[in-house]
Amino acid sequence: MSGTVTSTWVRLCALDDLFVERGRAALLGATQVALFRLADGTVRAVSNYDPYGDANVLSRGIVGTKMLADGSEVPTIASPLHKQAWDLRTGAVVETQGKDERPIPVYPVAVDEGQVLIKWKDA
Amino acid sequence: MPPVTPLSPGRVVVVGAGMVAHRFVESLVARGGADMRVTVIGDEGRHPYDRVGLTSFFSGRTPDELTLARDPFEDPRVTLVPGDPAEVIDRERRTVRTASGAKHAYDALVLATGSFAARPDVDGADLPGTFVYRTIDDLDALTAFVARRRAELGRPLVGRVVGGGLLGLEAAGALQGLDVECTVLQSGTHLMSAQVDRAAGEVLGRLITQRGIGVRTEARTTRIDPDRSGCVAGLELRDGSYESADVVVFTVGVRPNDTIARGAQLESAPRGGVIIDEACRTSDPAISAIGEVASFGGRCVGLVAPGYAMAEVAVDRLLGGDATFLGFDESTKLKLSGVDVASFGDAMAETPGALDVVYTDPVAGVYKKLVLSDDAKTLLGGILVGDAAAYGSLRPLVGGALGADPAAYLMPADGVEAPTGDLPDEAVVCSCSSVTAGRIREAVRDEGCADATEVKACTKAGATCGSCFTMVKKITAKQLTDMGQTVSNAMCEHFAMSRRQLFDAVLVSELRTFSAIIERFGHGRGCDVCKPTVASILSGLVGEHVLDGETQTLQDTNDHVMANMQKDGSYSVVPRMPGGEVTPEGLIVIGSVARKYGLYTKLTGGQRIDMFGARLEQLPDIWRELVDAGFESGQAYGKSLRTVKSCVGSAWCRYGVLDAVGMAVRLELRYRGLRSPHKLKLGVSGCARECAEARGKDAGIIATEKGWNLYVGGNGGFTPRHAELLAEGLDDDGLIRAIDRFFMYYIRTADRLQRTAPWFAELEGGIDGLREVIFDDSLGIAHDLDRAMARHVENYEDEWAATLADPEKLKRFESFVNAPDTADPSLAYVAERGQVRPASADEKRDGAVMIAGTTLEVRR
Ligand code: SRM
Ligand SMILES: Cc1cc2nc3c(=O)[nH]c(=O)nc-3n(C[C@H](O)[C@H](O)[C@H](O)COP(=O)(O)OP(=O)(O)OC[C@H]3O[C@@H](n4cnc5c(N)ncnc54)[C@H](O)[C@@H]3O)c2cc1C
Ligand code: SF4
Ligand code: FES
Repeated sequence: MSGTVTSTWVRLCALDDLFVERGRAALLGATQVALFRLADGTVRAVSNYDPYGDANVLSRGIVGTKMLADGSEVPTIASPLHKQAWDLRTGAVVETQGKDERPIPVYPVAVDEGQVLIKWKDA
Repeated sequence: MPPVTPLSPGRVVVVGAGMVAHRFVESLVARGGADMRVTVIGDEGRHPYDRVGLTSFFSGRTPDELTLARDPFEDPRVTLVPGDPAEVIDRERRTVRTASGAKHAYDALVLATGSFAARPDVDGADLPGTFVYRTIDDLDALTAFVARRRAELGRPLVGRVVGGGLLGLEAAGALQGLDVECTVLQSGTHLMSAQVDRAAGEVLGRLITQRGIGVRTEARTTRIDPDRSGCVAGLELRDGSYESADVVVFTVGVRPNDTIARGAQLESAPRGGVIIDEACRTSDPAISAIGEVASFGGRCVGLVAPGYAMAEVAVDRLLGGDATFLGFDESTKLKLSGVDVASFGDAMAETPGALDVVYTDPVAGVYKKLVLSDDAKTLLGGILVGDAAAYGSLRPLVGGALGADPAAYLMPADGVEAPTGDLPDEAVVCSCSSVTAGRIREAVRDEGCADATEVKACTKAGATCGSCFTMVKKITAKQLTDMGQTVSNAMCEHFAMSRRQLFDAVLVSELRTFSAIIERFGHGRGCDVCKPTVASILSGLVGEHVLDGETQTLQDTNDHVMANMQKDGSYSVVPRMPGGEVTPEGLIVIGSVARKYGLYTKLTGGQRIDMFGARLEQLPDIWRELVDAGFESGQAYGKSLRTVKSCVGSAWCRYGVLDAVGMAVRLELRYRGLRSPHKLKLGVSGCARECAEARGKDAGIIATEKGWNLYVGGNGGFTPRHAELLAEGLDDDGLIRAIDRFFMYYIRTADRLQRTAPWFAELEGGIDGLREVIFDDSLGIAHDLDRAMARHVENYEDEWAATLADPEKLKRFESFVNAPDTADPSLAYVAERGQVRPASADEKRDGAVMIAGTTLEVRR
């Protein structure tokens, strides 16, 4: 692969466009992102694509938490198709429903003056 | 760098990336040291996949879903080289050369090249239109050929499967799934002659014929002819007869893929296969062979379980252990849906002095045989055709005492309680992964597995073909109980109580938001299990709109957007049609909505119409048109009332004694929108002929000369059960009061996702107890139940009409926050029988017959 890949912050929406603990999808070129505003005020962005169900649906799943083996509690999203769940911070699978592990991409987001920004790579 | 441990296998090269290679790698990475390097060379160009499940390809499983667990191959010590056949083994230099010219050096070499599917040695066996049935590529080619040939010939195709074994029957089912009319040609006297005796084979033949697949026995193919275009046109049989054929699939057996081993002068068996000893070593101690390519005791066996056993032996030996391969377990169960066949142990009664006990019911198409030792005490094997329910419990008993009168095992299903968790420790429960009952108990006792799913993950029992999983569950539950553990009733990690306990807690505490409830009774922020449950409980107690306030965040996407999510992320739309009644005007509106939005349209099993393929952002527009025409939400999505199925009843039918449709409509309008632990269905029949199948419903109502008979606790679905008679001869109001109380009592006390049938089965006091609660108010709650239902009826509003009137709620339906009306660009459809369906992963990749969105015109 050649050429440099640069990243810029891209505005997606206003913070108020997001509902607490209910995701929304956003479209960046051909990529679909799922945005989540959590109860503690943080915003998380992960891929909208469910690698188990082969469909762009994660923004429509249920937001929750999961206690990991080390006792820490992480925010999660469960797919509405077959209930696999991922850690919203890292994209790691926390519930495979007996399948193999298929993590999802996560994207850095920031909230600035009430606007939600995502760090996006220019092609 | 850590020092090389004495047991390190060093550089391991595996040739063949099939099922057995997969198991080998999985086990090796789990047990081997940090410094080993494993290279797996495969020629299929794919990650190892589930060949046993290959036929499910035709029921819509994608190659991706067939893929076996990827994680062993993501281990940094493992490299997969796909799509590059190994060609030459240089035993002196210890290298393997592949077709691309790459050389892989090894300290230990493992051959796992499996078998290839044979074609019969007759003229024409390689014509276009003839196929074998072994790999995903074979099935892809078959599917593509059938589609092309059907278009070319402009008529339905005729298919012939040559070979009537297990695989032949699977292939025939697959052809039938492709709408190819199909006959199996078996050269022997009966189907599956390798596994079952003639009597069983004949029963099986009849069952297969009933499924619309032709069967010809003693039909040996002698020649295959092409038509003018060069494609296959027909086959000649030994008796001189002729069968026309547009497509032919050979399932005449497999041959070990031992070319590369022969090239390297490894000793091989006269009938093919690389000879191995009980350590799975070939004649070169640095080379082992496992799976179908390995010949042990003069035989190669085409089943996955012995291959897995060999893989474990080979790993153990590489790591310095002394495990041995003991021989083949040839138990099999046919996966062809709808036809049960199983054969296990010494099915053909070849043990000297063996006795058989046979039960047959030719009318029902059942044949069962147990093979016993000469003293009739030890189970040696058996054959089950037409009803293989006992397979899971009988197979582990092979070699052990039967413990009961053999005849009892053979009687129709509910005759005898199958043996449960009391199997001896050494009995093999899961033959795919050779897991014993003792191993399962150990996983529960010593490794802390708390349920059958954890046992599966930890031991692999039940993880391959799944036929043993019920048994695994029973043993696990028994072991947990023996250890004095109650099987936990915690709903999920956030609430340590059952739905029923939580319902009472919410009722008593009068808390009305999820945040308050979880703070008081649970911990964390919930999950996809407890959130919808709390939403359902609150809906019964508060009765607010599903999208009001915080409640909207608790709902599954189905309840959230009031439609059912489909496999591709689009939704289905089901307007309510009470009692299955619809006016011609209503039908026209549905037809024009479906046409306008390009929705796939189908009658449901619940007597109404479903329209599929609506996108999130289209739902409000579609519903506006439906609501304007007088339709309302059918709640096909919620855990709530679904439909009240009805026969036409006394209004038209010459046998009807009461107005079944009228009552069905009244009941459907009364209970519509009622949220409950699981869905609710009713049925109303106008007389005892029961055309509405009411006794398969949660509440079934049957008209009699004396009034309505009410049956409760019926179920279709996974475990069908007939409803039981609760009361006879009720008048209209008496009927409704009884159903009101029955439903409300169930809603208050059932567990999450527990339908009325299992709830009723566990109910203390059974039907008499229920009668007392409902008619004699034995618990003193009848008044509360009546009031709760009255509140439901009063508060009912159509969720869709209410949503359309509220701009805030409509925001939920924007497809993208930054592009509210843009359609999901990943959706793709193909045309089928004049309508659309989601494109499969392969169709999307090919980009062939694609339609971008459902609204484009579909060609017939
Ligand atoms: C559409 C329909 C099939 C059809 O094309 O005919 C259907 C489709 C679904 N059924 Fe069904 N069932 C349909 C009639 C039935 C029937 C027949 C009946 O109602 O007379 C049964 C057996 C009767 C029974 O329920 O006792 C039935 C037993 C099930 C079950 C098994 C329930 C059980 O107790 O074992 C499930 C799974 C579940 O609910 O957990 C299920 C689940 C589903 C789901 C919701 C699966 C899902 O989550 O996607 C499907 C959603 C369809 C959709 O998107 O609209 N469906 N399903 C039928 C809709 C009827 C309607 O008008 O609402
Ligand atoms: C439709 C179907 C249904 C079946 N159902 C059952 C069932 O119900 N129960 C059961 O027990 N068994 C069943 N089987 C059989 C089961 O799939 C096999 O026993 C099992 O796959 C054997 O595993 P293996 O690894 O030995 O061989 P395979 O899975 O065939 O793997 C061998 C791999 O090695 C590759 N290969 C060969 N030569 C080379 C080379 N020179 N270089 C690189 N790669 C090479 C092959 O292409 C293949 O990918 C079924 C098989 C089929 C086709
Ligand atoms: S159940 Fe009785 S009334 Fe209803 S359609 Fe059948 S025969 Fe007629
Ligand atoms: S017997 Fe096949 S998974 Fe257990």
